[in-house]
Amino acid sequence: MKKMELVKLIDTTRCTACRGCQVACKQWNELPGLKTKNWGSYQNPPDLQWNTWTLIRFNEVADKDNRVKWLFRKDGCMHCTDAACVKVCPSGALYHTEYGTVGIHHERCIGCKECMAACPFEIPKYDRDTDKVYKCDLCYSRIKDDQQPACVKSCPTGALSIGAKDAMIKKAYDRVKKLGGDANVYGDQFVDGTHVIYVLQEKPEMYDHLPKHPRVPFSVVAWKDFLKPISLLAAGGVLAGSFLHYIIHGPKTPDDIQENKTQGGE
Amino acid sequence: MTNHYIDLKNSDCILIMGSNAAEHHPIAFKWILRAKEQNGATLIHVDPRYTRTSARCDFHVPLRSGTDIAFLGGMINYIIANNKWFKDYVLNYTNASFIVGQDYFFKDGLFSGYDAKTRKYDKATWVLEKEGNGIPKRDMSLQNPRCVFQMLKEHYSRYTLEKVSSITGVSKEDLVKVYAAYSATGVPDKAGTECYALGWTHHTTGSQIIRTMSIIQLLLGNMGIAGGGVNALRGEPNVQGSTDHAILYNILPGYLKMPTGSLDTLEKYLHKCTPESKDPQSANYYQNYPKFFVSFLMSMFHDKATKENEFGYSWLPKMDDGAAYSLMHLFDKMYEGKIKGLFAVGTDPAVSSPNAGKVRKALEKLDWMVGENIFNNETYAFWKGPGVDPQKVKTEVFLLPASASMEKEGSQSNSGRWVQWKYKAAEAPGDAIPVGELTIKIMAEIKALYAKEGGVCPEPILNLKWDYTDYKGRFDSLKVAKQINGYFLEDTVIEDKDKKTKTEFKKGQLVPTFGNLQLDGSTSSGNWVMAGSFTAEGENKMAKRGKEDSTGLGLYPNWSYAWPVNRRIIYNRASCDVNGNPYNPKRKLLAWVGDKWVGDVPDGPWPPQANKEKGKYPFIMKQDGLGALFGPGMVEGPFPEHYEPLEGPLAQNPMSSQRINPAIKIFNSELDKVANADEKFPYVCTTYSCTEHWCSGAYTRWQMWLLEMQPELYVEIGEVLAKERGIKNAEKVKVSSVRGEVECVAMVTKRFRPFTVEGKTVHQVGLPFNYGWLFPEGGSDSTNLLTPTVGDANTFCPEYKAFMVNVSKL
Repeated sequence: MKKMELVKLIDTTRCTACRGCQVACKQWNELPGLKTKNWGSYQNPPDLQWNTWTLIRFNEVADKDNRVKWLFRKDGCMHCTDAACVKVCPSGALYHTEYGTVGIHHERCIGCKECMAACPFEIPKYDRDTDKVYKCDLCYSRIKDDQQPACVKSCPTGALSIGAKDAMIKKAYDRVKKLGGDANVYGDQFVDGTHVIYVLQEKPEMYDHLPKHPRVPFSVVAWKDFLKPISLLAAGGVLAGSFLHYIIHGPKTPDDIQENKTQGGE
Repeated sequence: MTNHYIDLKNSDCILIMGSNAAEHHPIAFKWILRAKEQNGATLIHVDPRYTRTSARCDFHVPLRSGTDIAFLGGMINYIIANNKWFKDYVLNYTNASFIVGQDYFFKDGLFSGYDAKTRKYDKATWVLEKEGNGIPKRDMSLQNPRCVFQMLKEHYSRYTLEKVSSITGVSKEDLVKVYAAYSATGVPDKAGTECYALGWTHHTTGSQIIRTMSIIQLLLGNMGIAGGGVNALRGEPNVQGSTDHAILYNILPGYLKMPTGSLDTLEKYLHKCTPESKDPQSANYYQNYPKFFVSFLMSMFHDKATKENEFGYSWLPKMDDGAAYSLMHLFDKMYEGKIKGLFAVGTDPAVSSPNAGKVRKALEKLDWMVGENIFNNETYAFWKGPGVDPQKVKTEVFLLPASASMEKEGSQSNSGRWVQWKYKAAEAPGDAIPVGELTIKIMAEIKALYAKEGGVCPEPILNLKWDYTDYKGRFDSLKVAKQINGYFLEDTVIEDKDKKTKTEFKKGQLVPTFGNLQLDGSTSSGNWVMAGSFTAEGENKMAKRGKEDSTGLGLYPNWSYAWPVNRRIIYNRASCDVNGNPYNPKRKLLAWVGDKWVGDVPDGPWPPQANKEKGKYPFIMKQDGLGALFGPGMVEGPFPEHYEPLEGPLAQNPMSSQRINPAIKIFNSELDKVANADEKFPYVCTTYSCTEHWCSGAYTRWQMWLLEMQPELYVEIGEVLAKERGIKNAEKVKVSSVRGEVECVAMVTKRFRPFTVEGKTVHQVGLPFNYGWLFPEGGSDSTNLLTPTVGDANTFCPEYKAFMVNVSKL
């Protein structure tokens, strides 16, 4: 694709939760399927994990008339402009591509998990076996060769589309206008605009795991945008940084079991 | 489908009932969504369970499994009572004005002619009266109390909102909401369509549910139009192609009828199968039946078939009169020990057949079984299944490795009758070869054995034309496809008297249309509906990929070949008034311009029916040329009637004294237990597939990406019932019927709600049927251990969708 800012639009009002995208992502990125169990939901694996970069979340809700609604949301990296993960990554593994998306050089990842703590959407996931973090890179290997991301390519109903940033944002607002009701655009108004945006059928708070006001954590802003430039001037900068890190995150502990667990699996 | 997938976008109201379209036809669903976006179409889902389809529809209306005819019967009543029917269409294009014979009656759930002993009807009284000249009597005022319209009105006046609500568990408000939205399409410029699938066919009343909808579509003028029709969304396993090519026991390719023993001569058979009409305006296209049938015999026996030997008619197998040979009959007979060997090709009946426990026991009685498949499955491995001692099983099992669909060339037919040629994408692994090639090899060996050793009745085998291999001796799918299309076996001149043309064809040329098929043995065609899939010169129309769309309706006439004769919408002449002007000029499917039809390939070249001399009625495959509101074709009556499922929550049918369909076959083995209205099994159960797996799961359970998403058997239970039973989400439970039990995970959901039926609370649960014991290891066994051996009275399609269970904590 032309070197321009891209936006992927997820129109939840067209999604049938067929999960073609979830499989296509694994196929293109050569990610394994792991053993899971049924945990009382269609949503499986239960959460994003190192081998699952996109996941359809299923939400059963009852409206005010006690009518059931089943909400589907394709979860995955939002590709923020003001990307906390890029800010905190000490090794340069996470970076902004020429499309405005957030790419990842796995060979540079040192498994420090800073990005996991910083991401307002809880997207990056750690794999203990490789000691690295994984997430969607919007199929950088495809878009640089003028191909749509695998998820977009697989979508049968037109719920997923990708294109120039302004055009996609306009498309989203046009759709919301047509839909009316509680439909809204999610993504363009925070972290300087995400490169994945939603047309949501319902208000954001109706969806599991979707922050109403996502922002880069204060600790990241304070450190990277304010203290870090000063630290470069100060001889004791590294020490100060370590101290600050200690204060914010506490001491480095052995890998937390929770983080390493492949959910729903054994 | 009377229409086709893309045509769904032309609809103004889509009733999805008996289908979970979004989950099982995800690609087709894009056209359904397009109808909503482009035409503002109303999308309605009527289904016991709220599914991914419901989530995308304007509204979901839950109904109790097995009560579809009651629901639709109420709609017929609503349409007539509220004057929503399309008068011009009903009067001119249906048999509404015909007069029903004096001896026909309906009383307390039974039609005239019933024999309780045989559970069969004599249809002699289900007739329409004729004038002295043999033309049906009509009353165009529709006032005659014995006219079809009045009889229909009377029959369905019993389906009041109160009655229907009480049977189905649907509130009166929801009934009216659906009826009003759907019947709004009974005007010239609106189209309503219906999408069904196994949710309708998997009932003891399945065929009649579909007929009820056909009546609604005729009343609303929705047949033969863009965006209308009654549309079976058929499954990925090439279901359409397999039925077109006679996978069912009672048909030959092209829906020709399988002969029975008493029809011991070709003449008797053709006389029985060929309808006659005295009405000059009825095309009665099946008057050509003998040409199709003789051409079929010529394709089977070729130069061995002569006029003297009745083209080899005696070599075709004959069914016993009155007998049926469905899958359920097959396993019933096998269980009795009357069947010695089985070819189980691309199938897993130990998981997918009803009452799978009985099926597995039946397999133990076989001497041998041959499997042809891409994976091992629970059927081929039955001898080491749960509770089976391999030492005690005598059956010898052979499993032949077959190639998968993408590993071979051939045709694939979608639900819209589009037959698309496809090419081999990859080589099959190991020794796997196409099933066609396995068949060729086995049959060649059998022929050689018969030639050498003789045997009982060797003629059919020795005389069978069997040269479908290429120069290397491999299965040649193109050769088979051409044989299916058919050939001129002699130099032939086809004369068109209307057009005053003569066309010459040489011996060995392909037949370009079934209109050219002959009665005298000078043409062959393995399947008459496919005659025309090639041009006379040999162009394979199934391989066409043109994207032109001159009507703008998405007909794409140059993409693949649609049978019959590339017609995209069947009965399309009904989209125009009697003068050939389109009812809806905005969706002009066809129009009579000057002296010809313009648009889709019309149902015959004749002028519209206002031309009394040359014009024909639009429903050309019907004997009388008109849509049948009164239809004597079904075995259980000319008007569909509500009966309860074999196993249900009610001791009595609220509509009549006949609780169950009077014409269904009851299987009586000791493993065919039934528990109706039994407090031990208080919950209605239905079964279905999930998006992530395919049929019995025999292919998809080996695929880790799919298994990761849907790893094991689950039962969906409403929150109210779960609370009552003390069952928490994700807990292990046991689901049991009188026939068997399975362990699975409870999925407690808001998407199942209790019904109020006849004043009582009735809970419904549901399970997918995609799992079996073989893989994944430690996984759940088949849901079909629960289901009963019983099926539709016409088709014997099993009643997987409504039976009774209990659910308890483990």
